[in-house]
Amino acid sequence: MSAHAYKKKNPVWDWLTTVDHKKIGILYLASGAFFFLLGGIEAILLRVQLLYPEFDFVGAETFNQLLTMHGTTMIFLAAMPLIFGFMNAIVPLQIGARDVAFPFVNSLGFWLFTAGGILLNLGWFLGGAPDAGWTGYAPLSTTSPGNGVDFYVLGLQISGIGTLIGGINFLVTIINMRAPGMTFMRMPLFTWSSFITSGLILFAFPALTIGLALLMFDRLFGSQFFAAEAGGNPIIYEHLFWIFGHPEVYILVLPAFGMFSEIIATFARKRLFGYSAMVFATALIGFLGFMVWVHHMFTVGLGPIANSIFAVATMLIAVPTGVKIFNWLFTMWGGKVSFPTANLFAVGFIPSFVLGGMTGVMLSVPPADYQYHDSYFVVAHFHYVIVGGVVFGLFAGMYYWWPKIFGTVLNEFLGKLHFWLFFIGFHLTFFPMHFLGLMGMPRRVYTYLSGQSLDEANFAATMGAFLMGLATIIMVWNIIQTSVKGKKAGNDPWDGRTLEWAISSPAPEYNFAQTPLVRGLDAWWLEKRAGNKQMVAAEPLDDIHMPDSSILPVLLSLGLFTAALSAIYSNWVLAIGGLALAALSMILRSVIDYHGYHIHKEDLPAEGREGK
Amino acid sequence: MQMKRWRNVWRFLPLLSVIALALTGCGNEQLTAMLPKGEGAEMQFNLMMLSLYIMIGVFVVVALIYTVVLVRFRRRGESDNEIPEQTEGNVVLEILWTVVPIILLLILAVPTVMTTFALDEGTEKVPDGATVIKVTAHQYWWEFEYPDLEVKTSQDLHIPTGERVYFELVSKDVTHSFWVPTLGGKMDTNTATENKMWLNAQEPGTYYGKCAELCGPSHALMDFKVIAQEKEDFEAWAKSMKEAGSQAASDQAAQGEEIFANSCIGCHAVGSEGGNTGPNLTNFGDRERVAGVLDHTDKNIKEWISNPSEFKPGNNMPAFGDQLNDEELDALVAYLQGLKVEE
Repeated sequence: MSAHAYKKKNPVWDWLTTVDHKKIGILYLASGAFFFLLGGIEAILLRVQLLYPEFDFVGAETFNQLLTMHGTTMIFLAAMPLIFGFMNAIVPLQIGARDVAFPFVNSLGFWLFTAGGILLNLGWFLGGAPDAGWTGYAPLSTTSPGNGVDFYVLGLQISGIGTLIGGINFLVTIINMRAPGMTFMRMPLFTWSSFITSGLILFAFPALTIGLALLMFDRLFGSQFFAAEAGGNPIIYEHLFWIFGHPEVYILVLPAFGMFSEIIATFARKRLFGYSAMVFATALIGFLGFMVWVHHMFTVGLGPIANSIFAVATMLIAVPTGVKIFNWLFTMWGGKVSFPTANLFAVGFIPSFVLGGMTGVMLSVPPADYQYHDSYFVVAHFHYVIVGGVVFGLFAGMYYWWPKIFGTVLNEFLGKLHFWLFFIGFHLTFFPMHFLGLMGMPRRVYTYLSGQSLDEANFAATMGAFLMGLATIIMVWNIIQTSVKGKKAGNDPWDGRTLEWAISSPAPEYNFAQTPLVRGLDAWWLEKRAGNKQMVAAEPLDDIHMPDSSILPVLLSLGLFTAALSAIYSNWVLAIGGLALAALSMILRSVIDYHGYHIHKEDLPAEGREGK
Repeated sequence: MQMKRWRNVWRFLPLLSVIALALTGCGNEQLTAMLPKGEGAEMQFNLMMLSLYIMIGVFVVVALIYTVVLVRFRRRGESDNEIPEQTEGNVVLEILWTVVPIILLLILAVPTVMTTFALDEGTEKVPDGATVIKVTAHQYWWEFEYPDLEVKTSQDLHIPTGERVYFELVSKDVTHSFWVPTLGGKMDTNTATENKMWLNAQEPGTYYGKCAELCGPSHALMDFKVIAQEKEDFEAWAKSMKEAGSQAASDQAAQGEEIFANSCIGCHAVGSEGGNTGPNLTNFGDRERVAGVLDHTDKNIKEWISNPSEFKPGNNMPAFGDQLNDEELDALVAYLQGLKVEE
């Protein structure tokens, strides 16, 4: 990797203790990829069970565990860390910073997420995974037998803390750590969307925290928040979940929008069309995202007034989203568009996501939603949005930023094969589901009876899922091939526009030997067009202060993990021990001074020096 | 280049699947929401189509621009190094694609709000003389009570046609959702609050109902039937239900009645006699399905009683296969099959 390893470190210890945003980014990407494959296998098993009517493959109980874990894994353990992986790997580079604002907190966020993710999946080995749906609606979740749902409640709680502090970290980083000249209205769209997403995390995750805490009290400590016979009301949980759950959709999709904005502009060789409209639309989507949660609850019986208000608010979101779609199209209009795999995913995203947006508007109509709700129509809709939006974005981002993160280029032939198989498989799986829903198939059913005209579309959907599985295998093969003997990438393989392409691939651990001076939107593109080979430096070459690595985030996460696992089995001694370990880690962090260390300017490699 | 053009043909795949689905039709006519046979379902279907037409209009515009972009503005090979003009944006266009969608949404929003209120009409104060049915959802069966008619039944919901029938919906255990797609949209059954809705079947027939909210392992099997009848047929049914009680037509059935009184009546009622934790069986012999999902045959009833969890995992009925011998099961089946109120 980088040519300047100043201290020889044991690689395992190094990865456990690193506070370098680029390494934490890789950790997030690796664990996110692992959980993505796991969630994908769960999806394939679900689709096999539904291949034929009254088919017996995994059975009802396992099916409910699979559907719960597929949703939970894909949202919380795959999409979230993959988004955070890209935010870590790219955002500090895009704003010309040397690291995030709180490197220690960054590491803690990752390890808490990992601890929660592992805890969630332990259910598979300890008597049954969670089975109440990724939404965990009470009273089904509070009365579900066994320990499955406990793993859901505590695992999500721990990984949720990680996400929350990660979001705060990025807010502070983007506000405070921008290079000179990088004003808010010169920030690349991916940074902008990461900023807004972090704000959404800050306001949305506490609602989930409370919902999960109430579930925990009901399940582990005998409280009755959601037990109707004791005066509780489960609808409160539904509100709390969706006050978090709807912004969560935007938490995932806004960074993907940011990626598409970068990728489409780069491969059209054109400035993003309507930059300020794009920024405003992103902010507006984020804001409106908090005003619409009841559209997940139109059939709960909140009455026509509530339903109407939330219907109109939901429709409004279509406006800024449409603005974005048209601006992307007009970014390409008049450009010179090339189609490497990254841009194939970005361009393939547009019609796919527009279909998801169309059904989104259709779903915002409460009377029609009385039919769509909890049917396969909804399953089709949110997979068009989340796969067509978020997953396409993550794939596009992977092919686009892989050179900057790892220094090699992914194979383009395998990449294109991956895209086409995935694209076709995706539509084949999810398009027929719209009709399944309208033909009366509820979601989350482990089987359907024959003679209800549901057979053909279900068969087609399963075939599509196999195609997506095949595409994913090709992607994994591509990653392995590239890791073993990948072609070296240059610093700027795509003729990029933003700051990350101005430094070497992969970036050195201090990112920028000298903080760059930003002279406009698309800072690096402007310098290239002005004939410069490097960014202009905003400071003289000097020693670079680096943060200390620390094992405390791992210990703190281990402490909470132990406490949660012990609490599930009512082993209170061990649970208090785990909490004590977490508390001790916090105390150590508070009392020990961390001075960091310096990379001396004489040690900086000549090619890293700028402005000479 | 030729290759690339051909690959784009795959973009039409969604269109192909539309055609394929159009060929298979709009689904089962007792289940689909696409061939509405109820007043509510029709109002909902009209809004679906309105929103679909508006959205297809938007999609066509996007698709046109998209196609032009992909055909006209490709980079022609590595040697094509011309730097395009770096356009910043266009205020007129931005205003255009903000204002036009707002107008389209207004066109959609007005009938949306009107229909939302129309569907709620009368639920607070039910009109005089209307049929009111109390629906109680259980894991994994449906209980239907007609308070004014003093009739209780389960699994098969009888309603009169040509009028709005009002429902009061609650759940006994976890949240379920009451859905008869062909007659109208769904409404959740909550544990802590009562919901209200109406359905209006326009023609007699049998329609399939489903539970739409995940409620446990047998959520997929929580089916029921709606039997819509002309008003006089419905009234005749209700009258015979009210008068019906335990009846045994043969010696074997009489033996079954005795077994029922010993083993079953604690949970299952026939007529006004019996418990309420399991489905009411007053007209069991009339039903088309055992437990909502199995074909209504002697063999299936026997197997169900012997081991219900095999057919509906996680349901609360105990297995009687060990407690009752073959002869006793046959007698019980004979008795149950004789429980009819319709000729």
